[in-house]
Formats: sequence, structure tokens, C-alpha cells
Amino acid sequence: MTVLDTPAWRPRTDAAPLLPDPEPYRLLGTPAAADLDPALLGRLHGQLVRGRRYNAQATALTKQGRLAVYPSSTGQEACEIAAALALSPRDWLFPSYRDTLAVVARGVDPVEALTLLRGDWHTGYDPREHRIAPLSTPLATQLPHAVGLAHAARLSGDPVAALAMVGDGGTSEGDFHEALNFAAVWQAPVVFLVQNNGFAISVPLAKQTAAPTLAHKAVGYGMPGRLVDGNDVAAVHQVLSEAVERAREGGGPTLVEAVTYRIDAHTNADDATRYREESEVAAWRAHDPVELLERELTARGLLDDAARQRALDEAEAMAADLRERMHEDPELDPTELFEHVYAEPTQQLREQAAQLRAELEAERQS
Amino acid sequence: MTTATTAADRAEAPSRKPATMAQALNQALRDSLAADPAVHVMGEDVGTLGGVFRITDGLTRDFGEDRCTDTPLAEAGILGAAVGMAMYGLRPVVEMQFDAFAYPAFEQLVSHVARMRNRTRGALPLPITVRIPYGGGIGGVEHHSDSSEAYYLHTPGLHVVTPATVEDAYGLLRASIASDDPVIFLEPKRLYWSKADWSPQEPSAVPPIGRAAVRRTGRTATLVTYGPSLPVCLEAAEAAEEEGWDLGVVDLRSLVPFDEETVAAAVRATGRAVVVHESSGFGGAGAEIAARITERCFHHLEAPVLRVAGFDIPYPPPMLERHHLPGVDRILDAVGRLQWEER
Ligand SMILES: Cc1ncc(C[n+]2csc(CCOP(=O)(O)OP(=O)(O)O)c2C)c(N)n1
Repeated sequence: MTVLDTPAWRPRTDAAPLLPDPEPYRLLGTPAAADLDPALLGRLHGQLVRGRRYNAQATALTKQGRLAVYPSSTGQEACEIAAALALSPRDWLFPSYRDTLAVVARGVDPVEALTLLRGDWHTGYDPREHRIAPLSTPLATQLPHAVGLAHAARLSGDPVAALAMVGDGGTSEGDFHEALNFAAVWQAPVVFLVQNNGFAISVPLAKQTAAPTLAHKAVGYGMPGRLVDGNDVAAVHQVLSEAVERAREGGGPTLVEAVTYRIDAHTNADDATRYREESEVAAWRAHDPVELLERELTARGLLDDAARQRALDEAEAMAADLRERMHEDPELDPTELFEHVYAEPTQQLREQAAQLRAELEAERQS
Repeated sequence: MTTATTAADRAEAPSRKPATMAQALNQALRDSLAADPAVHVMGEDVGTLGGVFRITDGLTRDFGEDRCTDTPLAEAGILGAAVGMAMYGLRPVVEMQFDAFAYPAFEQLVSHVARMRNRTRGALPLPITVRIPYGGGIGGVEHHSDSSEAYYLHTPGLHVVTPATVEDAYGLLRASIASDDPVIFLEPKRLYWSKADWSPQEPSAVPPIGRAAVRRTGRTATLVTYGPSLPVCLEAAEAAEEEGWDLGVVDLRSLVPFDEETVAAAVRATGRAVVVHESSGFGGAGAEIAARITERCFHHLEAPVLRVAGFDIPYPPPMLERHHLPGVDRILDAVGRLQWEER
């Protein structure tokens, strides 16, 4: 035996095939777009238009005091929609707080998707029914969950993939690192989608990382990294679909970096003028995901004014319904606070629940 | 750990013979793995090595790498992955190598494990058991002797269980793994090699989590304790007989749920109580226990409830740890201060 045969010297994986493209991958406006399925493009368009309207409506609801806070994904709709549509019904989605649009695009009632941000409960939808984990606020902590779920599915011979979403800032967290490492070691069927929207609240990407790109981080763990134009919905959808398919077939995890931009402030409570130039925002407005797709569709004769109007009308109907239902006060049952802490409440919780019931009763009497 | 089998042993084939707490824990893991295909053991060095304390000895050999898995070395990743596995329907049993090395997993524990059931209105319970060897008394160098129970018991949504006997090590670990709630299972590492007559062939019944055990009934004062301090309290109770004190000893077995009824009944019977634990006193489990005893038993008390705990210092280096750990003398000293003269 020589040192070359021992664990520390084991043959290394060839890094070259894992490296991302030098430039973000694009489809719209390129010759390759001609091969795209018109039906898929139509679906993506309808969802993008709806998504844009959803973001505007949710932001308006914060101004009316109907949402406690809203982290908007305006400008990032292509990533949100592509993530939802790249999954088949049995796959799992692991969203962050900014990803309510992906949750809605996957079929969850917008009111249920916004429950966390309205504040009447933490998770408004049934994660098992929709196969969507709760919206995760502690950055990157949802990523190891996706790995564990994917790993468990693989152990069970169940062809299920998990798609986990995180922001550029979240890639600096330890859980990002640990999740990617576990995923690669276990060859778990999981896809990580980083939406690089340029900022973590106010901190720009340059202060977050010295990596060549975020997609390059994949290479260090031994998985492929893919770099894609996050405003090109067809490209994001294709890259994610391929990665999900590969994962499901046992090919292991992929890290996808989608380069995009947060057009709105971090949340409605943030003032973005403190840390960025309006000219930068304008540059990204000129690279808008909805317009990029509409240009392609129009050029190929797949979108006329009537079809566009139909999409807008459908989006408006969704917004009107959301507005109306969000203007109803949610029904609150304070005693529910004591439910679901444990399978069976402890004696102390039973006593505290009784105390609260008595307080509520006294309130009603007075 | 293995005791040589003599000819006489084989001839008599006694069903009960001295077993260590480590063996009982290993048997509990084996029996859980055999009973339920959803159970998966995972952690650092739990596979080929059998864990640094050998608690998982032979499990990978007997159940395969998929059921007892050496993970990458990252505690948040281990626990985070366990969350996802539990979401899928598995029943992960995570081993943290030492008390102080569980801290990297703290965010996963507090922000997800403890509250997933609640935040999803019961849709996603997480039946995860986190085994943590804890406490001092083994001559460990820095970071190998922490008593971290207070961090966990202050986190709603977690059960905190700690066995003090060989029999309970088996029974409580089986119960913890079978529980649909997340359990922090604190293993008093200095009791790993403690022995008792116990048979892996006829293991003890699985006790429900949340019942304290009265280890000794007494008439003059009650010691309330758990985990590594139980043997010390029993020794103190024996020594106290010479002073004419008849001490009762309650072993909590779980800090959450806290068995107030058993504790209150034992304290009312004597009118005096000392809470004993190894971790630092300030803000520790003893503070909560003493407060509850006072609230529940005030009119039965002849003296303030006292605490005997570790000092409020970072855990000492091994050559000094005996000064930190509550011993028999310190316990008897506290008992002596329970206002006997004013009776
Ligand atoms: C562990 C943790 N630290 C800090 C925060 C506070 N916080 C919320 S969002 C945010 C910025 C995240 O930026 P990024 O990951 O790029 O995602 P984006 O908000 O741009 O979608 C911060 C610091 C948090 N939620 N979790």
C-alpha cells in the first residue's frame, strides 16, 4: 500500500464538468427559444402576469394594515414561477419568507400562503397536503431539511425530489454549507435554487462573498453548479427541470444560481434609497422578466393583445378576490396557542390554558 | 463492557446479570431499530466505531449503513437533515458526540425542531430523539463536561429526559424514540459504566415519559434530583441516617414534562426539600423546581427550599472538577441548614 491508496489521498473528482457556464444561461431572445413548447410558454406567461399582480396586491395590503409585513418578489417572478412549475406533484418545495409567490404558483390559496405575514398563525397551509415546507425565516435553515427529506425518499426508493430556495445572503450561512455538503455526500435528490437578487437587505453581494460566482460554490462540494439568467423564465424553468429530473433519477444534487434583482425594497418597512442608486433599479427594470417573455411570445406570434388582456383580467380577478378576503378579519382562537405544542399538553400547559380561558371569559363579561 | 462468561454462568443461565447503562442504551437502540423500520440512527462516528462511548456498537453491522449512519461532521446539518427525514415520516435518532458539541445545532433545535408541530397546527410533528452525553465527573478536558439541560428545558416544544439507572436508560430511551414529540435525551456520561442487574432478554417495561420515580421514601427531608446526581443523593441519604435524618429521594427522570404531583407529594410528606443538580445553579433547573415546590407546598414547608448545584463558573478543568460537583458533604450541609433548630 502507498499513501495514494489511503483515504486522505483518494482520487479526487474532476472539477471541470461541475463548473458553471461563464455567463448566465439564457433562452429567450436566442435561437434556442424556437424549440420551446408554446403551451409551456403560455402557462409561464399567465403565471408571471398573475405573480406580478400578486406582489403588487400584497404590497398594497401592507399599506392598508392587512399584512404585518411583505417581502416582495417583484422582479424575481421568473424564479418563483419556474421553481413551482419545475416540480411534479409528488416533489417537495422548501421556500424562504420571500417565496410566497412560488407557494401560490404551486396551488396554495393566496390567503393561506400569506397567513404568516398577516400574523394570525405561522403556517397557513397544510405542508403535507401541498408538499411545501413552512416558509422559513431563519436564513438557510430550510436547506438541510430539504436534504433530509430527499435522503429519506431515496432510502425508501421513492422517486421524489426536493427543491430548496435561498437568497444570496443566505449562502453565507453555515446551514447553506452544511446542506450542500450533506446533499453531495449522500447524493440526495435535491436542487438548491439561489436567487441572487444583489442584496441581503442593504448588503450587496460583494460584501457577502469572494467566490467567482455563487454557482461556483457547488464545485467545492462535488456537485454541478449552474448559472442562469433569473429573469429569463424559460431558462430558469429548463435548468431547474433538468436538475430536478437528474436528482429524481439518482444523479445527485445541483446548485442553481439565478441572477436577478429585487426591484422593491427588502420589505415594505425598508428604505432602499439608503443603499442603492435609482439608475441601478432602472437598468433592471429594462431587463424585466414579464417583458422578456412577452417580447419572445409576440415575436413568435404567440401573444396578441386579446391574449395579453385575458392574462391581465385573470390576474385582476385573483387580486380582487385576495383583497376582498384579506379585508375580512381572521377568526382568532387564543386557546389554540396551547394546542400542538406537544402531542399531549403537559399539566403546566393545561393550567395555563385554563388561566387564559378565564381571562377571556372575564374580558367577555366586562 | 463485555463480561467474560464463566462455566458456572452458562450452567445457571441467569436471566439477570450486571449490565452497564451503556449496554442498556445499546439494547434500546437495537430493539427500536428492530421494532420499527422508520427508526434511523445517525451521527458522528456512530457507524464502524460504534460511537466514542460505544453506545451504537454493532448497529451498522447488524442493521446496515442506511439505518445507522456515519454523517459528515456538522451538528446543524445532522439535526437539520433529521428534521427533513422526520417530515418524510422517518423517526431519526441523532447522537451528538458530547454536550458542548451539540451547540452548533441549537438554531435548528430552537427554531425548527421545537416548534414545527405548533407552527403547522399539528400537520408536521417531528418524532426526533437527540441523544446527548452530558455532565462531568469523567476527567474530561474543556468542552467535554457541560450540563446543558437548562438551555433545552427553557424551549417549549421539547421534551427533556434523563435516565439515572440502567433500567431507565433502556425504558426511557425506548419511550423517547417511540414518542411523537422531539426528545432531548440526556445521558449522564459518568453513569455509562454504572452497573445493575438487568437482562437484555427481558428488558424492563417502557415507562411513560413524565413520571418521576421515588427512589427512597423519607420522613424528614426530600432530595429532588435527576441524572448524574441521583447516585450522589442516594449516598447522601444513606450517610444522613447517621445524623438521624431520614431522607427521601425523588428522581425526576424527565425535566419536561415535569412531574409536579410526585414532587409535591414527596415534599409535603417531609416539609423540607433540597434540589440537587450538577449544572450551574443560577437560572438552572433547580430554580424552576424550587419555585414550583414553594408555590405548591408553601404551607407544608418548615424551611426554604435549598439548592445544591454546580458553581456559576465555566466548567472547571478536570483536576479541579471535584470541587465543583455537588458531593455528599455539600448535600448534607444543605440538609443541615433546613432550620431544624427552630422546629
Ligand atoms: C439567521 C438569520 N439571520 C438574520 C436574519 C434577518 N434577515 C432577514 S432577511 C435578511 C437578508 C437576507 O438576504 P438574502 O438571503 O439575500 O435574501 P433576500 O431577502 O434578498 O431574498 C436578513 C439579514 C434572518 N432572517 N435569519
